[in-house]
Amino acid sequence: MNAPIARLIARFATPWIVAALALAGAPPALAGDFITVASTTSTEQSGLFKYLLPEAKKALGFDVHVVAVGTGQALDMARRGDADVVFVHDKVAEEKFLAEGYGVKRYEVMYNDFVIVGPKADPAHAKGNDVVEALKKIAHAQAPFASRGDKSGTDAAEKRYWKEAGIKPQGSWYRETGSGMGPTLNTASGMDAYALTDRGTWLSFRNRGDLAILVEGDSKLFNQYGVMLVNPAKHPHVKKEMGRKFIDWLISPAGQAAIAHYQVGGEQLFFPNYRP
Amino acid sequence: MASAHGSLPLEARGLTVRFGALAALDDIDLTLDGSAPVAILGANGAGKSVLLRVLHGLLAPSEGEITWSGAYSRPADQAMVFQRPVLLRRSALANVEYALAIQGVRGSERRARAAEALARVGLSPIASRPARVLSGGEQQRVALARAWATRPRLAFLDEPTASLDPAAAAEVERVMGEMHAAGTAIVFTTHHLGLARRAAAEIVFLDRGRVTERTPAERFFTEPRSPQAAAYLEGELP
Amino acid sequence: MHDLGASLVLAYYLATGGDPELWGIVKLSLAVSVASAVLACAMGLPLGALVAVTRFPGRRAVVVVMNALLGLPSVVVGLVFYILLSRAGPLGELGILFTPAAIVVAQTFLVLPVVAALSRQFVEDAWNEYREQLTSLGVKALRAVPTLLWDLRYSLLTVVLVGLGRAASEVGAVMIVGGNIAGVTRVMTTAIALETEKGDLPLALALGVILLSLVLAVNALAHLVREWSMKRHG
Repeated sequence: MNAPIARLIARFATPWIVAALALAGAPPALAGDFITVASTTSTEQSGLFKYLLPEAKKALGFDVHVVAVGTGQALDMARRGDADVVFVHDKVAEEKFLAEGYGVKRYEVMYNDFVIVGPKADPAHAKGNDVVEALKKIAHAQAPFASRGDKSGTDAAEKRYWKEAGIKPQGSWYRETGSGMGPTLNTASGMDAYALTDRGTWLSFRNRGDLAILVEGDSKLFNQYGVMLVNPAKHPHVKKEMGRKFIDWLISPAGQAAIAHYQVGGEQLFFPNYRP
Repeated sequence: MASAHGSLPLEARGLTVRFGALAALDDIDLTLDGSAPVAILGANGAGKSVLLRVLHGLLAPSEGEITWSGAYSRPADQAMVFQRPVLLRRSALANVEYALAIQGVRGSERRARAAEALARVGLSPIASRPARVLSGGEQQRVALARAWATRPRLAFLDEPTASLDPAAAAEVERVMGEMHAAGTAIVFTTHHLGLARRAAAEIVFLDRGRVTERTPAERFFTEPRSPQAAAYLEGELP
Repeated sequence: MHDLGASLVLAYYLATGGDPELWGIVKLSLAVSVASAVLACAMGLPLGALVAVTRFPGRRAVVVVMNALLGLPSVVVGLVFYILLSRAGPLGELGILFTPAAIVVAQTFLVLPVVAALSRQFVEDAWNEYREQLTSLGVKALRAVPTLLWDLRYSLLTVVLVGLGRAASEVGAVMIVGGNIAGVTRVMTTAIALETEKGDLPLALALGVILLSLVLAVNALAHLVREWSMKRHG
């Protein structure tokens, strides 16, 4: 084989070899330093993690990597073993996760609340503090409603309220966006529609258009967040020591205080409620 | 890989080249021993360029066979200068060096031989200029230098002075003579009868894919043996 | 229009403000895009050239597939790599999911077909032009590859820039295999997607302006290099 062809093959193969070496060599360097937490877009987009994680790092000495997807997706991620801890807000789905053996123990960490936003003119007269009544009025008026429809905690809550109202929402007024809270609010803003959202996302949301909070304060709108360590029995590679430390910190007085301190526009978004 | 055997003698028997239904070359027998320069003449479309390519081993015949020094594989010690030479996007010198590198010539010797070849064709002043910005005549001479530098045993030149002005054509003619003197067998095609007369010892005349005669150059221009050659010389054929 | 104006102003302040989070994102974007472009070109240019100059059974099918891969949906690639790199998947042991390495791998696979298909076309056209001459000089097809690649360097520079642009603009696959983790796998494009989701359109647009400026700068630099080189080599 002459020199130029040998050089050509070397050029061709070298990147693969280098990449393979890099991939093989890289993980140990990262492994000691962090845990992966599967959480929800609403928590991420409210800015809570941006505030909370540096506090956690100071207290714990390691990094917390948050992958923010919908609640359903977060739990699926954990089932696959791609996360060490889950931090979501759908009690029913979380308990199913536990029952399947994927989680170790569920701790209630904090709550925020949902609100219904809608056009200030409120064509369906939904305003008040009763979510089920509000939904009945919206369905009756066939006022445009933007729903997430994405297996998220918020979506699960919304479906529960419709069920309680005894209504199966369908028709051109009910728009399922199949996407996160932000895009759904964008759609609602663009369509002057009603939507169910968590207060945190709403307070950080900048594209409000003509929308405002119309329904709040109903105790049914209470949105509980739970945290679980992914079961090392199912996934031996889970970083259980660091995961446990993170959970312990979240439910510790220091962690709970940090959660309470987080504010947007002067308002507290999340209310720590861990009870031993 | 390159064969170790030489190019000469070159023996072609029954060469036929077909493109579809058309026979560009028809049952040609030809032997070249390299003792004297040979010019292949003929009208446009007679098959001169096709014949050159087959003799050089670039084109396989549809029928017949061709051997170089008795072997069927194409030897390395031959070169061809095309009517429109293809030069690489690098300097004239680098183009000549490239041909030497392919032959396995090492670094410093490469540069020396390439410089010498360019000097032979009178192009030393422009050796480091990009080959592609040179004039047609200069490019033709670079291609000649490239052929010269590898010291081939056999060199094919396809219309080497076409589209050259008289001064450049005279340069090329001079180089051809020097190559022959240095031991390279020259086979060329041309429409310039003066060049053929001065530079060739033998004329092979092609008419529609067939060799009608092979005559020493002296006699060809005054007493061609075939009527087709006579007609060509009279200017009745293009 | 109001948004656009506000964004341009915001882009200026962001770019000159020296915000460490922003510059972290910019550096990471450059790093992963350049890395994947380099890998993809190092593999794709010779691959395209090889397919261009060699003849083998099934070659036509290979060329058709190479061209078809130009339209490879990035979300599909992201999904496939997520499945491969997930702990539950065959390459889970590597542990690179949700790290920059995963982004580079996915992006390389997206850029590779682009570079290979385009370089194949350029090299094949050049080979048709050069073939007789190179064969006459004793250059066989394989040996011709480095010669052709170098001779086509200006056209291939454009191919490299296309590859780099493809890498820098990727968002779907990066989101899926990277996870858009703040400070770890958040790049310009996924940051823009996030801010858009949050409804902060002026910020999203401002980031977009910065990204575009970076891409423009790279292209301008490449153009200058090309001009300087052409003067020297022709």
